[in-house]
Amino acid sequence: MNKRVLLLIPGVFFILMIGLLLFGLGRDPNMVPSALVNRPLPEFSLPDLVNTDVVIASQDLTGGGVLIINFWATWCPPCHIEHPYLVEISEREQDLTFIGVNYKDDLEDARLFLEEKGTPFEKVIVDLDGSLGIDFGLAGAPETFIVDSFGMIRYRHVGVINHQIWQETFEPVISRIK
Amino acid sequence: MIPELGNFSLILAFCLASLMVVIPMAGAVTNNQLWMSLCRPLSSGIWVFMILSFACLAYAFLQDDFSVNYVARNSNSLLPDRYKFAAVWGGHEGSLLLWVLILASWSYAVSLFSKNLPLDILARVLSVMGIITVGFLLFMLLTSNPFERTLLNTPLDGVDLNPLLQDFGLIVHPPFLYMGYVGFSVAFAFAIAALLSGRLDAAWARWTRPWTNAAWAFLTVGIALGSWWAYYELGWGGWWFWDPVENVSFMPWLVGTALIHSLAVTEKRGVFKSWTVLLAIAAFSLSLLGAFIVRSGVLTSVHAFAVDPARGMVLLTIMLIVIGASLLLYAIRAPVVKGSASYTLTSREVFLLINNIILVVATAAVLLGTLYPLIHEAIYGEANRVSIGPPYFNTIFVPLMGLLAFVLGVGTFSRWKKTSVSYLKQQLSKILIASLAFGIIIPVVVTSEVNISAIVAVVLALWIVFASAKDIFDKTSNKQNFIKGLKALSLSYYGMQLAHLGMAVTILGICLTSHYSVERDVRLAPGESEIIGDYEFIFEGATLVQGPNYQADRAVIRVLRKGEEYITLEPEKRLYFATGAVQTEAGINVGLFRDLFTALGDERGGGSWVVRIHYKPFVLWIWLGAFLMAFGGILAVMDKRYRSKKTVAQAELVNSANVNSTPKLATET
Repeated sequence: MNKRVLLLIPGVFFILMIGLLLFGLGRDPNMVPSALVNRPLPEFSLPDLVNTDVVIASQDLTGGGVLIINFWATWCPPCHIEHPYLVEISEREQDLTFIGVNYKDDLEDARLFLEEKGTPFEKVIVDLDGSLGIDFGLAGAPETFIVDSFGMIRYRHVGVINHQIWQETFEPVISRIK
Repeated sequence: MIPELGNFSLILAFCLASLMVVIPMAGAVTNNQLWMSLCRPLSSGIWVFMILSFACLAYAFLQDDFSVNYVARNSNSLLPDRYKFAAVWGGHEGSLLLWVLILASWSYAVSLFSKNLPLDILARVLSVMGIITVGFLLFMLLTSNPFERTLLNTPLDGVDLNPLLQDFGLIVHPPFLYMGYVGFSVAFAFAIAALLSGRLDAAWARWTRPWTNAAWAFLTVGIALGSWWAYYELGWGGWWFWDPVENVSFMPWLVGTALIHSLAVTEKRGVFKSWTVLLAIAAFSLSLLGAFIVRSGVLTSVHAFAVDPARGMVLLTIMLIVIGASLLLYAIRAPVVKGSASYTLTSREVFLLINNIILVVATAAVLLGTLYPLIHEAIYGEANRVSIGPPYFNTIFVPLMGLLAFVLGVGTFSRWKKTSVSYLKQQLSKILIASLAFGIIIPVVVTSEVNISAIVAVVLALWIVFASAKDIFDKTSNKQNFIKGLKALSLSYYGMQLAHLGMAVTILGICLTSHYSVERDVRLAPGESEIIGDYEFIFEGATLVQGPNYQADRAVIRVLRKGEEYITLEPEKRLYFATGAVQTEAGINVGLFRDLFTALGDERGGGSWVVRIHYKPFVLWIWLGAFLMAFGGILAVMDKRYRSKKTVAQAELVNSANVNSTPKLATET
């Protein structure tokens, strides 16, 4: 009879997975009320993509106006999809500062990517080991955070940004915090 | 009218499927021949109404009936007709309709090719497939009806099909993929029927094998087409991204591959029965998991359909019922006593078991990596989300596949029951030396550099090829001549060798293209050029061209080979009118030994453009290998012995003699 207990293992494993998926359903990955929202920007000092000898620190970025911080990588297909729109919107919204975070990427690929497709970003931070991603509680790339002029994170968006998402979610948040 | 007809057909199919769940199963339990025999007409009825329903939706697309919400969201009057047709499965609802149509087709196929099958087994198999059909039809009718209409304020035109999907890839990739996914439901239904009837025997394994091979072959082609599509359509030259949705199509494939091998052991030697049944359940369960992940939005992905938690809930319920019940049945009915056959550590049984362990570990690793963001968040809370990229998957997956390739070569020479170690040594030593020698010399001589990863890949690929070749020669050597010997070998043997060859070809493709590709992103003004190896790419400038529902910048890139005119590539960058989306179309020259890949980036003033130029050696081999594998699977399906009545009768004789491994007795011991 003992051996029959072993046959229950797949079932137990399956029930655990169902529990996990149920947990996953309970949250909406595209509109996450991140624990970071309404908290200050995590502190960091990380290299600049263009010249990795230059270090960008969190305090260098804040205080100048609203920041749009976008996590991206060349290995991430959705990032390729949203990139043209980011370029377009960054040209249109001149009073916003777009900051890119190149997430766990090959630096040469990342530079070529921006060279080829144009850059929407004022600065690009290199997050080679994903530590900044952990500080931001990243689910994956792309993710985009809105940071107000006091350095507080005000909104988090998971996934691709397009025209509709920008109008319906970003614009209301930005106009509220300006 | 037509959309209502489609909806009505769906409802009729649902009613017939409900009958197919109840009547044949009740017949099998009470041994009522008439009730059991109803499964055949019921399955053909379901199939007919699913075809009708599908045809109605296709008609609505081709007629631009934008009063149908699904058509309005996924089509546009300017869309070319072939894409209007493919758009039927371009969104959630329609692809679900295709999913159920394919399920109905597999059920119908089982009822057609079941002349050798005892009626009670057929009744149980079709009843189990009926349960899945009922679940998914209910899901479709309640939450995702493709025939929903807006009769007031009908939109004048449709939103358009996602430009990424306006491609030949959409026409062929989902049908093949679904044929594979859903095809595993047949092996699943056979496993459940065997557990229910208590006849988990060699005959069961024999009936399951061709169906599993067929589904596996379709899935192989489906995955390969998806990868190829990503390669030329997404415009940045990658072919696999370890995206959650790619992973969920890959996991059933890995388990399906394990199942094919384990079924061979169960059929030939009557061992590993419980394990084989578990794999059959797992392969289809992973297909269901795939459907859930793609359609519920628990993980973000490029492929994900529009997200609706209610849909996720229904799908999760279907999974819970179907998989939960089958695993419970498995725990109660699967045999726990080892089969009567004995085998030693160096037998073919054990090598196939190692194959199974590697494949299952690989599946577990992919599953863990895919679900890890969820697991991490469940433990550490929302603030601590993590993401797993390709580095994790490559680190785990590549060594496992290397090991698999090595075991494959050894296993080729193994015998059932017992292989003497000295025989294996004698068989393998020459092959080992040959593959090491050629595997090191060829890449070093051709590229005049030492790249360890590439050398390992070539050695492993040659190891497989040499092992297969030697086995074929050995098997034909005792015949009068080579040709006669070849003719004497069975189709399923050729299928196996071809699939193994395909694996070697794919390994070569993946490794060589990863290590030897040259990728340049350069800014070129008209007349300027870029040189990679023997090839010179001359940018002749870009012009604006009009497509049916888009306009595009089309570049002309002349390619010279060793200074002589070779070909012209025309990559495009398209702007689709309806959605305003920008989409690149790569210009690719496909070759057996290398692809020349060009894609158009941004305009940089003065007619100059950023152009992406890749030289990708052996990239075609990735998909070529996959097609060889699939072709091998099809050859094995066509093997005559699966259709001959005599062999089935013999198999049953063997089973009745082999009583000590039937589950009923097993539980008593």
